[in-house]
Amino acid sequence: MTGGLVLEGVTAGYGSVPVLHGINLSVEKGSITAVVGANGAGKTTLLRTVTGQLRPTAGSIRLGTGKDLTRVPVEEMVRHGVALVPEGRGVITELTVEENLRLGGLWRKDRRAAAAMLTRTYELFEPLDRRRKAAGHQLSGGERQMLALGRALMAAPALLLLDEPSLGLAPKVTAQILGMLRRLRDDTGLTVLLIEQNVRSALTVADHGVVLNLGRIVASRAAAELAEDTDLRHTYLGF
Amino acid sequence: MSVTKRYLLAAAAAVLLIGLTFIIPSFTSYQLAIVCAYLCGIAGLTLLTGAGGQLSLGQAALMAAGAYSYALSANAMADAGAEGPLLLLVPLAAAVFGAAVLGLAVGLAAGRLHGPYLAGFTMALVVALPAVTSTFSSVLGGDQGLWITVEKRPTALRGIVSTEAWQAWLAVICSVLVLTLLANLLHGRFGRHLRAVRDNPVAAALAGINPARTKITAFVISSAAAGMGGGLLAYTTQSAGPGAYSLVFSLFLLMAAVVGGIGSLTGAVWGALLLVALPHLISTATSRLELSADLSQRLDGNLAVAVFGAVLILVVLLAPQGIQGLLVRAGGRLRPPPSASLPPRSTEPAPPSPATAPSRIPAPSGQLPATPKGQ
Repeated sequence: MTGGLVLEGVTAGYGSVPVLHGINLSVEKGSITAVVGANGAGKTTLLRTVTGQLRPTAGSIRLGTGKDLTRVPVEEMVRHGVALVPEGRGVITELTVEENLRLGGLWRKDRRAAAAMLTRTYELFEPLDRRRKAAGHQLSGGERQMLALGRALMAAPALLLLDEPSLGLAPKVTAQILGMLRRLRDDTGLTVLLIEQNVRSALTVADHGVVLNLGRIVASRAAAELAEDTDLRHTYLGF
Repeated sequence: MSVTKRYLLAAAAAVLLIGLTFIIPSFTSYQLAIVCAYLCGIAGLTLLTGAGGQLSLGQAALMAAGAYSYALSANAMADAGAEGPLLLLVPLAAAVFGAAVLGLAVGLAAGRLHGPYLAGFTMALVVALPAVTSTFSSVLGGDQGLWITVEKRPTALRGIVSTEAWQAWLAVICSVLVLTLLANLLHGRFGRHLRAVRDNPVAAALAGINPARTKITAFVISSAAAGMGGGLLAYTTQSAGPGAYSLVFSLFLLMAAVVGGIGSLTGAVWGALLLVALPHLISTATSRLELSADLSQRLDGNLAVAVFGAVLILVVLLAPQGIQGLLVRAGGRLRPPPSASLPPRSTEPAPPSPATAPSRIPAPSGQLPATPKGQ
């Protein structure tokens, strides 16, 4: 399988306490993979480990291109085509919408392409276009989420990681954002790794689903199959 | 404000202040030079603490590094027979360089610290200064410090301007230069990086900014500005000693930045003015009162500290954005209210075609979104 992202035997945690135990995961290029699980399952730790915020104590993390990400510092990730929309949105509240977006395209040498991406981002997120000069702290929760996603897209990533994009958002906005991910995947071949508490929405939009429980993968199969597995849903996902 | 406007404003301010020296008394010119020296140190703090969020209590030590670098290089050059503009410019450059090198060393060590830990670490620099000057007294002059051979007024200006006015000219030009450079940095790419790192270091790192490198760079720039302030102070007072760069002075610099408006370079100007003007005004006021000699002696020097402290408390309570924040607010009230209508959109997106165009998220007043594929 030509993975957009391949994790092999990844163990990581905080201090001497491991949270992830030998995770093996392959995210196919151009697919949306949803990682679901209860609180404390290790979902956010997984994203923190992939993006270099946490160093794995064992195992390897590679891109589909073969690039080893295991020791790449977090600030270098964007240069390798990895972008993360962190939990809590991660907007720079002191900067304006435009400054936040430009920050996303910071590493890009081609200014013309970055400018075109900025225009496209405003087209994708109309509310942001209307509030270009507004500071991050003046935005609503939904607008902040759009801004965080727009900033990540400004980096023209090959792999987009999202941590709880629906957190605190109205179902309508969540549906819009998840729908847009799917459209971006179709249009640009973007690979998406999605962490989501809202299991129904996540499995609806995803191609592949992974259930994480206490730091271990307990199920990994097509998202539609996972959504129909009543026993699994009752045991690990609570619905 | 555009860069060109900023340069024009800086040039106008320099010309105005230099022109002012022709009409103000010599002592006021001397005070203007001191204000400009302090301003460099406070402006450095504005960048480091205001924009960068790194609380430093060691700015006086970095100004001292500038002053001593100035003194050592000026005296060495004078001993070697140097004179003219070189005896002025090279020591000033040495002051900036010396403080920047110390700032780099401190920044490398302090890069992992923040909040009270960084404040404590930087405070140790100021506390250690007298011990350092005593230990290396053969070079640094111990508690007495160093007397400096300074380049006097240029021959062409003698008879036209006083020594104090010349000192003010030099200090005005240097401080305007420092302020303009810092303003360019704060309003440019580096400023955005610095605010991003302060506000959300993880998001900044994910965007490709190296938070540690940004913080260290801020430390070096702030130190270089403090070095210029120390150099100017050394030139103006013709001395460099540990007594002038105490912990109290370091705290005053931080207080001036807060009172003026932390994060604003214009606020730094108000802070520097207050730092110099307040003791003088209080001293003038008390001298006009018929106080007993004992009380007058007790008030001398102490009253200014008390008043400055009271001003700080009032500002923190009533105007957290400082004097500059108050002025901006007052200015905003005088301006007519903006039009209620939304600004026109700069680009009108083409109507989406579900087959070809990407889905977009409309503004709340727009139409309902297209149903995403797969749902």
